This record gives sequence, structure tokens and C-alpha cells, in this order.
Amino acid sequence: MRLQTGEIRSSRFWLDTLSKIWAWLFLLGMVAFFSVAGDGFLTPFNIQAILANMAILMIIAIGQTYVIISGGIDLSVGWVMGMAAVISATVMNRLPESSPLWLVVLSGLFAGLLAAWIAGLVNGILIARLNVPPFIATLGMFGIARGIGFLLSGGMPVPIYVRGLGFLGNGFLLYHHPTAGWSFLSPPPGLAQAELRNLTGYFPFVVIVMLVLLVIAHITLSRTKFGLHTYAIGGNKEAAMRAGIPVERRLVAIYLLSATFAAIAGIVYNVRFTNGAANAGEAMLLDTVAAVVIGGASLFGGAGTVIGTLIGALIISVLANGLVILRVNPFWQFIAVGIVIIIAVLIDQAREKFAQE
Amino acid sequence: MMEKQNTGTQPVLQAVNLTKRFGGLVAVNNVSLDIYPGEVVALAGDNGAGKSTLIKMISGVYRPDAGHIYLEGREITMASPLEARSLGIETIYQDLALCENLDATVNIFLGREPTKRLLGLFKQVDRNLMLAESNKVLDRLDIHIPNLRRPIRQMSGGQRQAVAIARAVYWNARLVIMDEPTAALGVPEQRKVHELIHTLKRQNVPVIIISHNLQDIFAVADRIVVMRRGHKVGDVPAGEVTDDDLVAMMVGSA
Ligand SMILES: Nc1ncnc2c1ncn2[C@@H]1O[C@H](COP(=O)(O)OP(=O)(O)OP(=O)(O)O)[C@@H](O)[C@H]1O
Ligand SMILES: [Mg+2]
Repeated sequence: MRLQTGEIRSSRFWLDTLSKIWAWLFLLGMVAFFSVAGDGFLTPFNIQAILANMAILMIIAIGQTYVIISGGIDLSVGWVMGMAAVISATVMNRLPESSPLWLVVLSGLFAGLLAAWIAGLVNGILIARLNVPPFIATLGMFGIARGIGFLLSGGMPVPIYVRGLGFLGNGFLLYHHPTAGWSFLSPPPGLAQAELRNLTGYFPFVVIVMLVLLVIAHITLSRTKFGLHTYAIGGNKEAAMRAGIPVERRLVAIYLLSATFAAIAGIVYNVRFTNGAANAGEAMLLDTVAAVVIGGASLFGGAGTVIGTLIGALIISVLANGLVILRVNPFWQFIAVGIVIIIAVLIDQAREKFAQE
Repeated sequence: MMEKQNTGTQPVLQAVNLTKRFGGLVAVNNVSLDIYPGEVVALAGDNGAGKSTLIKMISGVYRPDAGHIYLEGREITMASPLEARSLGIETIYQDLALCENLDATVNIFLGREPTKRLLGLFKQVDRNLMLAESNKVLDRLDIHIPNLRRPIRQMSGGQRQAVAIARAVYWNARLVIMDEPTAALGVPEQRKVHELIHTLKRQNVPVIIISHNLQDIFAVADRIVVMRRGHKVGDVPAGEVTDDDLVAMMVGSA
């Protein structure tokens, strides 16, 4: 008898440990593999590219992390992002040409946020107040945001005609040129067009935006009442209510937050690709849920971290980048991510089953 | 003996002529109940006798259709369980209402977490204070739980019950209500809960306990209130009745 419980204990311990660190090991293994097998994988240039390419995914996945910890899911993130991108692109184009760049970006951001907040508010009220299952409420919003995005853009990407926008979206904090030396925020002045090729940038703006949002979201989730309540609601909503947590308000805030991050991602897309497309975030549903779940969150609610999600997003981004470097058809990425997400959920379920015994 | 001791002290809780109807059914019919400081009162009765309904009126879940409730002499009306808690009436539900993914300290403070400013920037939950205070209250109840930072999910049923009780006590409960606290527990853990109830009693906190388990009742109760079909049919000191007397009252053959 004694032995048996001992055995169960220790296998539970291993399972628990495994479920906590497998994603780190997986990431390390992948990095090691691509470093050996792929040419030019482990270079500062490529690492920055990986980080810049995952910014949009990571920003949306932050919101998805809160939602999934609270025991829900937000299926609408990708299309809310696209809708925000289209609206913000349209607004940016309408502003007078003489407007300063920061005003253009802020106006676009605000317009995109406004639209996304309506979507998030509707999601939140449906789920918190009217008890619609998150899966259904956000599936409805998936369709609505998609329709609005396509209607407003006529089904075509909206090119943005704002000078300097692309430079901002693809810009760096620091530049280095072999002869002209270092410069801050913009390339050294007076470089010939042909010389720009030899320029190296460090710290892409979009990566900095991503890191700032990530740090704020991590601190909020791990240290504030709001964060703690998010875990409590996901763990036992009934208990959270009886304990006096304003569950409805918290849930509305969580879905608003998710929509907010989707809109910010939409604007990042705008400045990076100088257009707004309704389907800009089409891959985001699969990728964000994958990142969150790989990162140790439970689809049953109550568990997950922003740092875990970062690992998940890194895995997806490294995978995509590595496959390109190995000249594998990039469509394999979808299959690989699909497989990884299923593995992650299986681990989560095994852990849950053990916990109930 | 008990009666004499009670005269002179004011009851903590007085329920007077409480009635609750559900459609045509009178679930609780004109029931009165006094609870004195440090007293453990067991509510006994067959299934559907009205025990839970009576408790729910006292803990703010239902509003009585008739009757009054007095807490330390002052009439109270409660619109929600939350209001009852803020008045010091703590109910420990059978399903415990704990967040299993969170640790004991968080559960004790859930909904009322202390915060401190970090770098003057934002208010962060003060986990160290929660741990220190949790240790204090658990010590007071003579509960020993190794590693309070483990999620509740990894604790035994008795330890969970202890956390739920500690939560009630920490917030200065003036009355603790327990609905079937030992239903899901093994014998050693039932003992532990009995000990906890005795500890509460020593600290002068009165307890109302609903139980179907006669052993439970005789192990902890000072007084037994028996209900049958919505009526109160008995109110006796625990020392003056036997199992058989109780069963007879419950089924109505006495
Ligand atoms: N919300 C409700 N709506 C309608 N009828 C109810 C409701 N709650 C209780 N009743 C009825 O009131 C009567 C008393 O129920 P109550 O739950 O108080 O009994 P109990 O003594 O707690 O029984 P048990 O020992 O089975 O828990 C029962 O006939 C029950 O069916
Ligand atoms: Mg009952």
C-alpha cells in the first residue's frame, strides 16, 4: 500500500516537473538543432528577425493568456486584429499629409482601439453577464469582425500612404555602419542609397514594443489583485464569487484586454507592412492558443503565465524561421504547430487527471 | 446545566419565527433558534427536512418570507451571502468554495487581499503578509500544514477543510455555519474536523453544524435541534438523548 502511494506521488512529481519544463527543453532542442543544421540561424541578425517576426503573435498571445487563465478562450482575436488594422489604415490615410508621424500613428491606434473595444466589450458582456459560453460568444465575434473588416476594405488590403511609416515599423533603436559608425534611432546621415545595404540595426522598435507590453502584462498578472483574481476565476468561478471578487467586472476587463492587445497588434502590422488587411491576423487564432497552451496554461483555466506564453511564441517563431532556413516548404509550419499544440494539451490533460486522483 | 449557563448571556444569533416557502411548499415553517457564545449546535433531520434552507436564510442566501434575525441583539437583513460575511456570519459550504489552483494563503485572503505599493508605482498583492498572517491563524487553530505555498489541489480533504475554517476564523467570524463538513472525509480526517470545531468553541465562536452523521453530532454538539418537514420538532442538550431518541424525533415516531 505504502509503496503504491509512494509510486503515484513520484510519478506525479515527474509529470508535474515534465509539464513545467518540457517547453523550455523543446525550445532549447530546436535552437540546438537549427544552429547545427541551418546556415545562418544563430546570428544576431537572424535572432532579431525571429523576435521581430513574432511581435504580432506575442502581443495578441498576451491577451489570450489572461483569457485562457480565466477559464475562457477568445476565438475572435485574429479578426479583431484585422478589423482594427483596416480601420486604423483608413484613418491614417484620411489625415492631412502635413500631419506629424506620431499624430498619424496615435490617431490610427486610437481608431483601431475604439473598434476593438466595442468587440471586446460585447464579448465580455455576453460571457460575464449573459453567461454565453466563451467559445460561442467569441466565435460570433469572429464572424462579425471578419465581415466588418472585409466590408470596410472592400476585400482588398488598404495601402497606407504615409511617409516614414514603414521606416518606423522596420526601424531600430541603434544603427551601425562599417565606415560611418554608430547612430541612434536613424541611420547615420549622408549615407548613399547603395551604402544602406551595409547598415546593421540593433533592437527593432517592434521588439521593444513587444517587450514593454510583455513586462507590464507579466507584472500585472503575477503581482496585482487583478492578476490573482484572473487565476481565481479560472480555478473556481463559484468560489471567486462567494469570496466577493467582482467576477463579472473582471471578466469584462479580461476580454477588453484581449481585444486591446489584438488592436495594438493590428497597428504594429500597419506600420510594419504599411497596409491594413482584414485577414492580417488569420493565423493568429491557432498560433496564440498554441503559444499559450505550450506555455503551460490549462484550457481548464486557472494556470498559465506570460513568460510561459513567451516560450510558446518563441517555439512557434523559431520553428517557422528554422524551416525557412532549411528550405523546407513553410506550409509545414502549420502542421508542426498543430502537432505541438495537441501534445501540449495531452500533457495538460494527463496532469489534470493525475491531480484529480 | 447548559440552560442555566445560558441565562444572562446574550445569544449571538436569534432567529425568530423564520418561514420560507417555495411555491406551495413550506420548506421552513415558523422556526426559532438561539445560538449562544461558544456553543456548538447540530441541526439534524431527514432529507428535505429544511435544514439547508434554514441555514441559507441565516447566511444571506435566501430572504425569509416571515420572521426576524438578530445578531448580538440587533436585527439584520441580508441581501447576499457577501453581506452576511461582512457581518461576521461565515458559512463553510460542503464543496468548500476554495480555488484549488491557488495556495492556502491566497484562499484565506481571497477577495480581501492586502496590498502594498511597489516602488510607489502600483499596488501589489502582499504575499509575505498573507503568509505571515496565515501562519498566525493556523497556529491559533493548532493546524499544521507543511508548505502553505502549495496549491490546495495537492492537499488532503481534512487540510482543505482546515483552510476553509481558518479563512472563516481569520475574518473574525462571529458565527460559523458548516453544512456537512465531514461528508467527504475519511475517519482520521473527520476527527481533525471535530478537533477544529472544539478549538473554535474554546475561542468562544459558536458553530452551527448540519450533519447526517450521528457520530459527528455526538462528538461535537452541545445541543441538537431536530427538524422534520419544515418544523422544529426538538431542541435538546446532546447529553440527554441517545441515537435512538434522535432517530425517532427525525422520523416522527416519538
Ligand atoms: N430552491 C428551492 N426551490 C424549491 N424547493 C426547494 C428549494 N430548496 C429546497 N427546496 C425544498 O425545500 C425542502 C427542504 O429542503 P432543504 O434543502 O432545506 O432540506 P435539507 O434538510 O437540507 O435536506 P438534505 O438533508 O437532503 O440536505 C425540500 O422539500 C426541498 O425539495
Ligand atoms: Mg441540505
